[in-house]
Amino acid sequence: MYTSNGESYFVVDAHIALWDGRPENQRNLHGKQFIDCFYDYHRNLSPETEVWSYEDYLYQGGERLMKDLFADGYVDHAIFQPAFLGEFYHRGFGQTEEAFALASAHPDKLTYNHNFDPRNGEAGLDQLRADAERFGLKGVKLYTAEWHGDSRGWRLDDPWAYRYFEVCRELGITNIHVHKGPTIRPLDRDAFDVKDIDHVATDFTDLNFVVEHCGLPRLEDFCWIATQEPNVHAGLAVAMPFIHTRPKYFGQIIGELLYWIGEDRIQFSSDYALWTPKWLVEAFAAFEIPAELSEYAPLTVAQKKKILGLNAAKMYGLEVPAELRLPDADETATGPRGADESDLVKA
Amino acid sequence: MTITESPRYDVLERAAYTALGGVADPELDEPITDLGFVRSLVVRSAGSLAEVEVHLRLPTSFCSPNFAYLMASDAKDVLTSLPWTGLVTVQLDDHHDSGLINAGLAADAGYRGTFGHEAEQDLEELRTTFRRKAHTAAMERCLTALLRAEPDRPVERLGEVVLADLPTDRHTEALLRRRTVLGLPDRPDALVLVDHDGQGYAESDVPLALRRARSTRISIDGNAHFCRGLLRTRYPGSESEQVHRPDGAESADASYDPTFIPLPTVPKEQRR
Repeated sequence: MYTSNGESYFVVDAHIALWDGRPENQRNLHGKQFIDCFYDYHRNLSPETEVWSYEDYLYQGGERLMKDLFADGYVDHAIFQPAFLGEFYHRGFGQTEEAFALASAHPDKLTYNHNFDPRNGEAGLDQLRADAERFGLKGVKLYTAEWHGDSRGWRLDDPWAYRYFEVCRELGITNIHVHKGPTIRPLDRDAFDVKDIDHVATDFTDLNFVVEHCGLPRLEDFCWIATQEPNVHAGLAVAMPFIHTRPKYFGQIIGELLYWIGEDRIQFSSDYALWTPKWLVEAFAAFEIPAELSEYAPLTVAQKKKILGLNAAKMYGLEVPAELRLPDADETATGPRGADESDLVKA
Repeated sequence: MTITESPRYDVLERAAYTALGGVADPELDEPITDLGFVRSLVVRSAGSLAEVEVHLRLPTSFCSPNFAYLMASDAKDVLTSLPWTGLVTVQLDDHHDSGLINAGLAADAGYRGTFGHEAEQDLEELRTTFRRKAHTAAMERCLTALLRAEPDRPVERLGEVVLADLPTDRHTEALLRRRTVLGLPDRPDALVLVDHDGQGYAESDVPLALRRARSTRISIDGNAHFCRGLLRTRYPGSESEQVHRPDGAESADASYDPTFIPLPTVPKEQRR
């Protein structure tokens, strides 16, 4: 929990990883390029005091994760969203066994989500069933730009992906986190739209689709789709750290999300270990839309509380202390919520 | 152009660099020279013609390969079309598809020839998509500037604004250039708020059209500054090759951009 200016926030870090990017785990140059790309993101967007050494960045381990998130970082609950990247790393990028053991030791603090790849066909479906049972899965993290043999990507509306979503539905895996963001992409397949989200969200209305990185670098495509699909949510992984060097850009992202999809469908995340949550939580609780952006209304404390934790807590059924809970906003199911505009009227 | 002051290149190299200024990153709507994507440029005389070798660099190893290919092949095209060039070599450095792209460029294999089955979509379609987005963003910059200058103007009436209502400034110039690319009219009485086919909006649809345009503009400006920042992180010293981008600039940009002048922050209550 984070308390500032007499306001307390229940914090859910909805997108974290326990990765291993060390040279001994790199299968090829792409493995090095991938972690180096993350490290450039980290160096470029972090305050100077929060920049880690390259060595520290390659691997953290569970003890450091627990300290960074829970001892130092004000986080009440965090959710693993692992990327497999088996073509780049010998033992994968996200460390399944280590992360699951940590989550099992701290079930009150950690939820383990796993991943699947529909290109694994029938065998992958069996694996998904086994994984769901073993890990008690409530959610999965999907990486459509993952390389797999000759294929460098897949789409959520591929027929095989639909079979996996049907199994998710059957197993109660309701929270589908999808990486739609910068870094590695296949060629044209999803290079500039989130159209496949549109299809699956319409066909699987009982599943939640959390678009990680809220569609950046193509925020407008995400907003347009999410505004029409009540089960599409925005994950703020990688968007959060803009709060430091690019507060106007960050304010615009938040302003747009509030307008198009409303305050109940936006989730905070540090994307640990890309960044640590401590400074992000502090900065977000203190954040105000820059005054020169007169087209947006001020960000309210209630909106900050929902984004920092209550929205993800609701999706994952996490227990929130009664005094920290908030009711849902009274907003339309589809179409622009205009959350900023309605606040202007109230003000 | 900054290049005229640059001691880095000789006369032919400057001419080549100027030609590269005609190559844009389609997504960021900016020349690759302004973005600092040209890593090196060497011109060697080879008889009556000259050999040109250019190395391009991008903000990450995983920048979208279709954009990477588009910029690299456009670079090769503009250099090849100069009357004094012979062999032109364009190499993309440090990209996850460097090998594939460089081999494709050397063989003039084309986009589909380079990427085979992965190249599902035509490059011209990709270009068109981003030209439309660039126009949308330029249109929004003009109309939002108008709204900020005249806060009492009702948003719904923005659909009536014509080109003659816009001030003569860089936003308007940029809009006119992007309209020309799409074949939209530049007559003084032409509507400003139009879709890419030149169609205007009913009054009730104007606010939503403007909001959509705004999110497009935010995306482009945000990406441009993020990519510029990543390039500086990845290639220290590259900031000296980047030309100031006023759209989307923030206070933090002053630390590396000597031409940056932050706008004064005026509290809302004073402005209204």
